[in-house]
Amino acid sequence: MDEFLLRALAAGLGLALVAGPFGCFVVWRRMAYFGDTLAHSALLGVVLGMVAGLSPSLGIAVLAVALAVVLGLSQGQKKLASDTVLGIVSHGALAAGLVALSLLDDVRVNLVGWLLGDILAVGWIDVAVIWGGGAVALLALWKLWPSLLATTIDEDLAAAEGHDVTRARLGLMLLIALVVAGAMKVVGVLLVTALLIVPAAAARALARTPEQMALWASVLGVVAVICGLGGSWRFDTPSGPSVVLAAVVLFGLVRLSRR
Amino acid sequence: MSRLPGGKPMSALVRLDDVSVSHDGVLALSGITLTVEPGKIVTVIGPNGAGKSTLVKVALGLLVPQSGTVTRRTGLVAGYVPQRLDIPASLPLSVRRFLRMAAGKGDVAAALDRVAAGHVMGRQVRDLSGGELQRVMLARALLRQPDLLVLDEPVGGVDMAGQAEIYDLIAGLARDEGRGVLMVSHDLHVVMAATNEVVCLNRHVCCAGHPENVARHPEYLALFGPRVAASLAVYTHVHDHAHRPDGTVEHLPDGTVEHIHVHGPDCRHG
Repeated sequence: MDEFLLRALAAGLGLALVAGPFGCFVVWRRMAYFGDTLAHSALLGVVLGMVAGLSPSLGIAVLAVALAVVLGLSQGQKKLASDTVLGIVSHGALAAGLVALSLLDDVRVNLVGWLLGDILAVGWIDVAVIWGGGAVALLALWKLWPSLLATTIDEDLAAAEGHDVTRARLGLMLLIALVVAGAMKVVGVLLVTALLIVPAAAARALARTPEQMALWASVLGVVAVICGLGGSWRFDTPSGPSVVLAAVVLFGLVRLSRR
Repeated sequence: MSRLPGGKPMSALVRLDDVSVSHDGVLALSGITLTVEPGKIVTVIGPNGAGKSTLVKVALGLLVPQSGTVTRRTGLVAGYVPQRLDIPASLPLSVRRFLRMAAGKGDVAAALDRVAAGHVMGRQVRDLSGGELQRVMLARALLRQPDLLVLDEPVGGVDMAGQAEIYDLIAGLARDEGRGVLMVSHDLHVVMAATNEVVCLNRHVCCAGHPENVARHPEYLALFGPRVAASLAVYTHVHDHAHRPDGTVEHLPDGTVEHIHVHGPDCRHG
């Protein structure tokens, strides 16, 4: 097996493992549009990162975390629905990214690479960041798990039982921002939310407890990455869309088998 | 143990003193004073929109009042049964797992048996009937070994026989185990039977007192009497004052009311 395929596999499997449990919360708490908003801001993050002389990935991560904080703190306001706020931030950031890109003559960005992901260009350092960062994110999620689960069921009940609802909610948003930033290079801006949602949604039919669903989401994500990258290698298709397509097919198979 | 201003130790589990709450400038609660002692059941009754659930949230510390003070005993463990629970359809949750969330240790099977719902242990919470869910939530609150039980309409969706069973259980929890209970109810009959104090709420405390004392008063008839038989679910309350749509009190001119009730001993308004 070629080394670049090995790297791609290592990165993809690491991401799938991390995306499973986080994807469950995205599904339970209806945060899909939140994930999309972070993804749409990625282009602006790339430009800011390059202008600041940092790596594009670092730019994406910093901007995603900043937006997560802003969105988390703006949840208290009631004048606008949350999807309206997300739409403003999402498209505002996308437009700003495209405008900034056109203004910078000496910056060349592989737009298609960012939109669709370029897992085959992933280096060993990226793999190390995904596994190291992923381990930290999962550890943090494990710490927050009881509070997050209680908050997902009923915020008042959770607060009455002594859970710190605000800390759990902000913590989850920050962690998802990091996961989305990490996944961007592999599956691309357009499809990053799918990596969170599709395996988790497929896992729903197989689980009787939240923990089972999180585990199944990771397992199904891993299968999707292996099948998707295999197909990408075999048929010379783009890696990100191939992985997502494999996940969607898996979802369909699981639902059919459970009828 | 918490001390009240003045240094006396506090025996009450929770005490609200002249508490007012408004949502976006609309007064939801005004000048509420209320105390729950260990072993006592305080029941709040009132029409829809009277602020019953808001009062519950203030007592639990989920909502900070704009004015007045709320004192909870230090280290107080509260068990809360909300009025309803909207569990996302996408979240798989067995009854066993739901109970375990409240208390990692503790005998979940015994807790469920105690509320006569042992048979639902393996079911998904979303598949429970309204009455079964109420029982499971009560079992979950009990698993926390609470000093104070806060129950927002604890028999919603429960059939008549089951209601009596649950109220008996709640009464036993207060009488035999010394737990304090703050309960919201629509049901006047049950309020009279299983409570130490009744608080009639309509954004302000209309009247409050021991149900038997209240029942001995001639005003009791004016308050509940003629309607009691017919008012299992509907709370009617004939007043010497009217409530404007925003909940403030409007005193009616003499002669326009059919009869005038005298307010209970703890009444705070004319």
